[in-house]
Amino acid sequence: MLQGSPPDLVCPAGSLRALKLAVDAGADAVYLGLRNATNARNFAGLNFDDAQLREGLAYAHDRGRKVLMALNTYARSDNASPWYAAVDAAAQYGADALICADVAVMAYARDKHPGLRLHLSVQASATTHEAIAFYRRRYGIQRAVLPRVLTLSQVGQVLRHAGDVEIEVFGFGSLCVMVEGRCALSSYATGQSPNNAGVCSPPSAVRWHDKPDGVEVRLNGLLIDRYAKDEPRGYPTLCKGRFDVDGTRDYAIEEPTSLNTLAILPELIRLGVRAIKIEGRQRSPAYVEQVTRVWRDAIDAAAASPGRFRVEPQWTATLAHLAEGQQHTLGAYDRPWR
Amino acid sequence: MNAEENARIALTIGPVLYYWPRDVLLHFYADIAESPADTIVLGEVVCSRRHEMKTADWIALGRDLAATGKEVVLATQALVESDADLRVLRRIAEQGEFIVEAGDVSALNVLLDTGARFVLGPHINVYSRPALDEYASLGALRWVAPVELPLAAIGQVNAGGAPLPTEVFAHGRMPLAFSARCFTARHHRLSKDQCEFRCRDDADGLLLSTTDGQPFLVLNGIQTQSAAQQCLIAERQALLAAGVSRVRLSPSSTRFSQVVDTFDGVMNRGERVDAALISLDAMSPPGGLANGFAHGRSGLDWSAA
Repeated sequence: MLQGSPPDLVCPAGSLRALKLAVDAGADAVYLGLRNATNARNFAGLNFDDAQLREGLAYAHDRGRKVLMALNTYARSDNASPWYAAVDAAAQYGADALICADVAVMAYARDKHPGLRLHLSVQASATTHEAIAFYRRRYGIQRAVLPRVLTLSQVGQVLRHAGDVEIEVFGFGSLCVMVEGRCALSSYATGQSPNNAGVCSPPSAVRWHDKPDGVEVRLNGLLIDRYAKDEPRGYPTLCKGRFDVDGTRDYAIEEPTSLNTLAILPELIRLGVRAIKIEGRQRSPAYVEQVTRVWRDAIDAAAASPGRFRVEPQWTATLAHLAEGQQHTLGAYDRPWR
Repeated sequence: MNAEENARIALTIGPVLYYWPRDVLLHFYADIAESPADTIVLGEVVCSRRHEMKTADWIALGRDLAATGKEVVLATQALVESDADLRVLRRIAEQGEFIVEAGDVSALNVLLDTGARFVLGPHINVYSRPALDEYASLGALRWVAPVELPLAAIGQVNAGGAPLPTEVFAHGRMPLAFSARCFTARHHRLSKDQCEFRCRDDADGLLLSTTDGQPFLVLNGIQTQSAAQQCLIAERQALLAAGVSRVRLSPSSTRFSQVVDTFDGVMNRGERVDAALISLDAMSPPGGLANGFAHGRSGLDWSAA
C-alpha cells in the first residue's frame, strides 16, 4: 500500500436521505444498518428496510462510492436468525463490506459468503494487533475499526503490526469514553445495552422533569443531571451525567464533548490509517452533510500538502456548531485526556 | 432428590479487582486457602500501573495456593493497550504451570500460539450458542458468562447440553466498563501517568452517587463497577437449570471469608437461603444487593426469588 495515500472518508447514514447527502458531499463510503436490533443504532425511525437498502446501494455505486453494512451487535441466544438474515441481505444486495463484532456472525459470513468482505467493528473491542490477528486468522477480516481508547502512538503501534489488515479510526462525533463492546453501564441502569439491544441510554428510559429551579433528567428513574434554567442541556447518556463523588458534584466520568481529530489528521495519514470514520447515524441528514463536507475538504487538503496542512477556522466553526455540548476533544489520542 | 438437586456448585474466587497493599493481599489469600473455595483466580486485571505484585509474585502465590489443594488460574488484563501490556500477557500465557483466564481477544490469540490451557473470562463476548461453539473449538476449558447475560439466555446457550462448563458472576460489585481514562485519578485531579496510586486508598472502590443520593456506580481506576453487589445466592435452582456449574465470588475487603462460607452453605450444604440473604445484606456496602441481570432486567434491580 502506498504510504500516505489519503484515507477513505466513511460517513454515517441513518436514512436514505442522509446517505445521498453524504455521497453528494464527498463521502468515499457510507455505513448503514437494517431496521432491527442487529446494529448498534437501533432507534425508532432510523435505518434501512430492504427497498431503501437497494436504492441506497444503487445511489452510492452509481457514483463510485461504497456501502458498508453495520451488523455490529451480538446475536441473541434465543434467535440468531435476524443476524444471519442480515448477512445474507448484505451479500444478496451487494454491500461492499459487513461491519461485525460477533464471532457467530463472522463465522456464518465466512462459511456462507466467503466473498463478502468483513470489517471488524469497534464493538469487537480489538485494542491490539494480537486481537486483530485473531480475527484475521479465524475469520479473514480485512479491516479493523479501533476503539476510541488508544493514544496516537498506540494507534501507530497497532498499524506497524497490523500486517495486511487495514485500520480505520474514529475522526469525529460522539465520544465513547468506555471501550466499546465491553460496556454494560446502560444495561445496568436500563436493561438495554449496545451489545444486547443496539442502544445506549435508550430514549424510552429518559424522563425530563420541570422543577422550580430548572430541569432534571432521569434515566429509568436514576438522576443523571440537573440543569439550571439557562444552562444548555445534553442528551442524558449516562456516562456524561453529573454525579457525586466524595462530596464533589462533577462530570465524574466524561463531559458532554465530541471527538474531533482534525488537528492530527496529517499524523493519522502519515501513520497509514486507511479510513476515517464519522460517528452519527442517529444524527440528521443536514448534520451528516455538513460534517462530511468539512472532512472531505480537510482530507483533500492534508493529502495535497501534508506539510502545509492547517485546520481552517471555518471547519472548526462548522463542527463546533454541530458538536455535542459544543466542546471538542482529541479524546484518548491525546495523552493528558487519560 | 434427583442428581441435579445434589449437584455441587463449584466456587471460584475471582481476581481482586482493587489495589490492595501486598501484605493485605497475602493475608486475604491465606484466609481463602482455608475456605471451601475450589478455584482461585489470581492476577492484576484492571491496571498495569499497579505494581505491588509482579507476574513472578503471582506465580509464587499460585504455587502456595495450589499446594493447599486449590485450583489456581492466572488472569490476563481486561484492557490490553501497550507493548508492555502485551509482554505481561505473553509471560502469563507462556508460564505453563497454571490455567490462564483470557481477559480479552488479544489473550486468545497469544494462547492459541502457546497451546496453554485456558478459560474464557467474563469480558470475552459470548451471547449465543454459536459464539460459544466458536470459542469452544479453540480448546477453552470453560467460560465465564458476560455479567449482563440473563440466566434464561445462559440456559439457551447451554440447551441440549452445555458445550463447556459454565461459570456465572454470582457475588460482588460487578465490573461494568473499562476505559483508557483513570476515573480515580481524574477525581483527584491527577493525570493517569502521575496518579500517585490513589486507588490504593479505596479498598472497595470509590463510590459514585446520583446527586439525589442514590449509590450508583463505583470508580476503580480505569474500571467502572456497580455500587450494588450482585447476589445470586437465592438462585441455586435457576443456576442449575441454566446449566451453570460454578459461581464466581468477587473479593471485597471485609468479611469475604464469610461470604464464601455463606455461599458454600446454601449452594452445597443445604443451608437456608433466607438467613444467608439477611447476613449478606447486612455485610453489603452502600448500594445493597442486586440480581436484575440474572432475570433479564436492569442490573441494579433486586427481586426476591
